[in-house]
Formats: sequence, C-alpha cells, structure tokens
Amino acid sequence: MKFPILRSYAIIYLLFLYAPIILLPIFAFNDSKIVAFPLSGFTTEWFGQMWADSQLRIAAKNSLTIAVVTATLSTILGIFAARASVRYDWKGKGPIIGLITLPLVLPEMIVAMALLTVLLSMGISLSIWTIILGHVLVCTPFAVVILTAAFQSLDRSLEEAAYDLGESAASTFRLIILPLVMPGILSSFLICFTISIDEFIIANFLGSGQPILSVYIFGNFRFPARVPSMMALGTVLVLLSITLLIIAEYFRRRGIAKTGGKDTGGFL
Amino acid sequence: MTNTATTDRPDMIEFRDVHKYYGDYHALRGITATIKAGEFFSLLGPSGCGKTTLLRTIAGFESISSGVVLIDGKNMEGVAANVRPTNMVFQSYAIFPHLSVEENVGFGLRRDPMSKADKAKAVAEALEMVGLKGYGKRAAHALSGGQRQRVALARALILKPKVLLLDEPLSALDKKMREQMQVELIRLQRQVGITFILVTHDQEEALVMSDRIAVMFEGQIAQLADPETLYRRPNSRKVADFIGTMNFMPAKILSENGKVEVEAMGFGRVELDASQVMGSGSGEVSVGLRPETLTILFEGQTATDRESMATVEEVVYYGDMTYYDLRLDGADHPVRISMRNVFGRPVLDIGARTRVAWSPGALVLFR
Ligand SMILES: Nc1ncnc2c1ncn2[C@@H]1O[C@H](COP(=O)(O)OP(=O)(O)OP(=O)(O)O)[C@@H](O)[C@H]1O
Ligand SMILES: [Mg+2]
Repeated sequence: MKFPILRSYAIIYLLFLYAPIILLPIFAFNDSKIVAFPLSGFTTEWFGQMWADSQLRIAAKNSLTIAVVTATLSTILGIFAARASVRYDWKGKGPIIGLITLPLVLPEMIVAMALLTVLLSMGISLSIWTIILGHVLVCTPFAVVILTAAFQSLDRSLEEAAYDLGESAASTFRLIILPLVMPGILSSFLICFTISIDEFIIANFLGSGQPILSVYIFGNFRFPARVPSMMALGTVLVLLSITLLIIAEYFRRRGIAKTGGKDTGGFL
Repeated sequence: MTNTATTDRPDMIEFRDVHKYYGDYHALRGITATIKAGEFFSLLGPSGCGKTTLLRTIAGFESISSGVVLIDGKNMEGVAANVRPTNMVFQSYAIFPHLSVEENVGFGLRRDPMSKADKAKAVAEALEMVGLKGYGKRAAHALSGGQRQRVALARALILKPKVLLLDEPLSALDKKMREQMQVELIRLQRQVGITFILVTHDQEEALVMSDRIAVMFEGQIAQLADPETLYRRPNSRKVADFIGTMNFMPAKILSENGKVEVEAMGFGRVELDASQVMGSGSGEVSVGLRPETLTILFEGQTATDRESMATVEEVVYYGDMTYYDLRLDGADHPVRISMRNVFGRPVLDIGARTRVAWSPGALVLFR
C-alpha cells in the first residue's frame, strides 16, 4: 500500500459508518434497560416487548403502506418523465426536467411547510394520503434520475427494430422497452421505498397523528425505558434492509446477465 | 457483377424530388431516383451526406419535408413504419438482448395468425438460410458480431419484405468477416430475390456488391450508375476521387465537333469520344485516368495504342502489385499507376526511365 494515511482514513470512515449499526443488535440483546457498556447478559425480552406493542404494529403497517404506494407512484411518474425526456424532443424540456428534479436539492422542510399550508388552506384533512403526497413529491426526482439513466442506456434502434417488425408503439414498449429497463425500475422502486420508510419531516408535518414508524421511534427515544425495544426494532429493520438489498441485487445481476450487459458495479 | 437483367424490371422504390430538413439543416436536397425490383442497390457517400436519412425515409422512421416516396407504386405519405413492406437491418443490429436467437428471429411473426408449428418451421428455415442452423436456443447476447448480423438478417427476411434496408451492416465486422459477409449477402439476395438497399461509405464494398450505386454528396445524388460505369466514367472529379484512385492532368480543349480534341499535359493531343466528356463546361479542364490504365512496357513489349516515356519517381511494393509514381515527360506532377507483379519481371528502381502504354479510350475529360 502506497498511501497508509489514505488506507487508515478509509478504514476509519467505514468504522464510523457501520460500527453504530452493529451496536443496535448488541444492545437489542443486552439484558439491561441502560444502553451502555459493559453488557450485562443475554435476553430476548426487548423483542417480545416490541412485538407486544400494538401501537408499533399500526405504525409499521402505516409506514409500509405509505412506502409501497409512494414507491409505486413515484416510479410510474418517473417512467413517464424519463421516457419523455430521453426519447422525445419538446419545447421547454430542459427547464421542465430541471424543475422536476429540483426537489433533489430542495430542503424537505420547505416542501413540508409549503404543502401543509396549501393542504390546510384547501381544507384537506391530514391522513396517510397526505404523507404519501409529500413523499411522492420528494421521491419522484430520484425515480426520474435513476430511470433516465436506465432509458438512456437503451439503444434507440431496438425500439425502431420492434416497430419495423410490425409492433405498435404500445406493444414495443411492453415487449422491448419495459423488460430492458426493469433493473432501473427495480432500483427506483427500492430507493423510493427506502426514502419513504425512514422519512421524518413530512411524516411528522403532514401526518394526522396516526402512528408512523419514523415518528414513533423518535417519540419513544424520549423514554429511556423504551430505548432497548427500539434497539430491537432497529435490528429488525437492519435485517429487513439487508434482505431487500440482497433480493434487489440478485434481480439486478440476473437482469444484466440475461441481457449480456456490463456490470457497472453500482446498485443504481 | 453488373446484372443487366435488372434494368427492365419494374420500379420498386421511387423518390420524386425528396427534401428533408432537420430544423434549418437541409439534409436531403432534391432526391429523384428509382430503384428496381430485385435490385441490389447501394447508397454510397462520405459521412454525413444523408445516406442513413434517405434509407430511413424509405423505412418510415423519418418523415420528409417535401416530395414523394413511392414503394411498389404506392405513395408512402402517412404510412407508418410498422405497416410498410420494408424491413431493416440496423447498423448496431438491434438484436433484442433479453430474447433468445429464435425469439428474435420469430419476433415479426408474433402477430401472424399462422400456427405455432409453422412459425417454428419458418424460424428454423430462416436460421438455416443465414447459416445459423441449431443456434435457435442461444441467448442473443452470447453471439459474435457476425452471428448477430445473421440473426438480424434472418429476423428481417422472415417477413418476406418487398425491400430489405441495410444501414452499414458490415461496418462493425473485421476485414475477413466483412468480406465473407459481402459474398453471403450477395448470395442471399440472389436466393430471395428481394430488393436490397445498402448504405455504405466503403466504395469497395459498394462496387463488389451492387447492381447499381447512388453516390451521394451533401444531400444530393451526384451519380447513379452501375459499378463499372461509376468506375470508368465518373461524371465529376468528386465522384472519381471518392471511388478508387484517379490521376488528374490539366488539359486544354482544342476543338469539339462530336468528338473532343484536347491537349493534356503528359499525354499530348488526344481525341475523346463524347461519352468520355463529363461536366457542364464551367469547371477547370482536366483529364483523369485510373492507375491500372497505364502500363509499363518491358523489353520486347510494344504498345497497342499510344506510347510515352516516363521517369519512375516512387515505388511501393505490395507483393502481388507494385505501385509506381511515374512522371510522364512534359508533366509537372507524377501519376500513380498499379502493375501486377509477374514472375521473372523486375520491379523498376526509382529514377529509371521507362516506356508506358496507354489508350485515349481510358481517359475521362472533366470540365
Ligand atoms: N435527427 C437529426 N437531427 C438533426 N440533424 C440530423 C439528424 N439526423 C441526421 N442529421 C444530420 O443530417 C446529416 C445527414 O445525416 P445521415 O445520418 O443521413 O448521414 P450519413 O450519410 O448516414 O452519415 P454516416 O456515414 O456518418 O452515417 C448529417 O449532417 C447529420 O448531422
Ligand atoms: Mg449513416
């Protein structure tokens, strides 16, 4: 190794990133209400407590609903925008696509406040649907960016070939384009899902007080007695994320192998 | 390989004063031409001259700004690409990467009401025709360039189009493979009898394969003729330069009455037939000759027509051929000639004096 400093920098960086996450399961199984070393013994009590928490179950169900609906809607909207921007030329394309993706760099705070103001003045009552609305606004730019890359990597002549062989625009889209951008669609769905499930500001602002996972976890951290069971919940979430990632990566690799594409390594 | 039989065939494609604008850019500038049924036709020209654009107007991928395109006598205005009686082989082959070879080849039959068994048979036949028998189950992305090319051909031909459009189909192949595919394409075209329209910027490829060639520059057809005419009687210096090598010598017109008498540098006075005279009379006057039309005379050989003296200025030995730069007496620059190397005959040295034979009939006058 030529640059020992860079190497230690990289190691410290990774430690900083992942060590706290490793602490989650450690304390989730620690037989003590106090989250601190030294550890005092093994228990699964916190998982039991978590499981028995009916509020938490409602929160999880709400969050899952919000995340799945958000990811689906954002990805569909992303497909439309990406397709329109890659394939067609229209007036004002640059500015419009720019504005669509702008929320990527817009503080979520602003989106949340503005939406709340508008919704309230329109007399729309807050519910998980208003949260979904906010999440779709935040997630769609990610979907557009990911899917634009996917559509761009598609050889235009594939589409023309299908058309040339007698297919309609719609069947060409279904038979050729959709299967080939599927890895991108999957990426988009997962990213949007992840963003939505741990989003806090919008969920807090636009929620009607119904329990939402992120808000619920934050609220429970105020009570030291509840912290260990939140650690257990965190552990479950980490396992869930890893499982999801493995599944996604499996499909991504299979997609690439099937089309003979080059693996660029990145998940996006 | 001029096929004279094609001249009396019916028209398959007709362009009438076709113009195409991309915004302000005038990509096709008044194309008028006819392509015969069953003909192997090539569009030849330098990069950016509009070959692909013209081909795509036939396929229906590109709308035209004005003019008419007829296919088999039918005006194609408003006829979408997916219902035109044409199929295309794309430069990138456009093989569907997520489908197998047979799914690719059979793709166009998807909407055909014929039975599954008939479709499978048609696919097998198409694969056999292009020399890919037994490759049906392979994944399309696991094929070599040449094999992809064949899949693309089979996929287009299985629909028995009236016209097969090929956009630089061989340009991605290496030289050996390209030459092999050239021969196969010619064979295939004769076998199926479909009109082939090939886009290429490779003049050799066009000469080898085509019944007729349209040479394009800047959105216009500069000359449309069979390969031999294009080579021997190019109608402008530009066409002559683009197709093979041509030597030019300045000349002066002395008189014309039916025949044209000229004084050409290095050649002296020659009388040319009207068919050898090209151009409108507005350009500078020069005579052109191909490298193989000047022959070095060795001991004991005599010219059958005209004979001149020349000095060897450069020798490039190619094994089967030798290229010489010869300065004809009285000329201010050399001409490049090619001589087939014959066993027992020496290759001349630089500076050598030699006699050369030529014939006025091989000259072309540009003016
Ligand atoms: N969609 C388009 N928009 C604007 N200009 C275009 C478009 N397609 C082609 N052109 C222009 O039209 C001209 C002709 O293009 P075309 O693709 O027909 O050239 P070509 O003869 O096939 O060249 P090549 O040998 O490089 O493929 C080029 O100058 C090109 O830049
Ligand atoms: Mg082209």
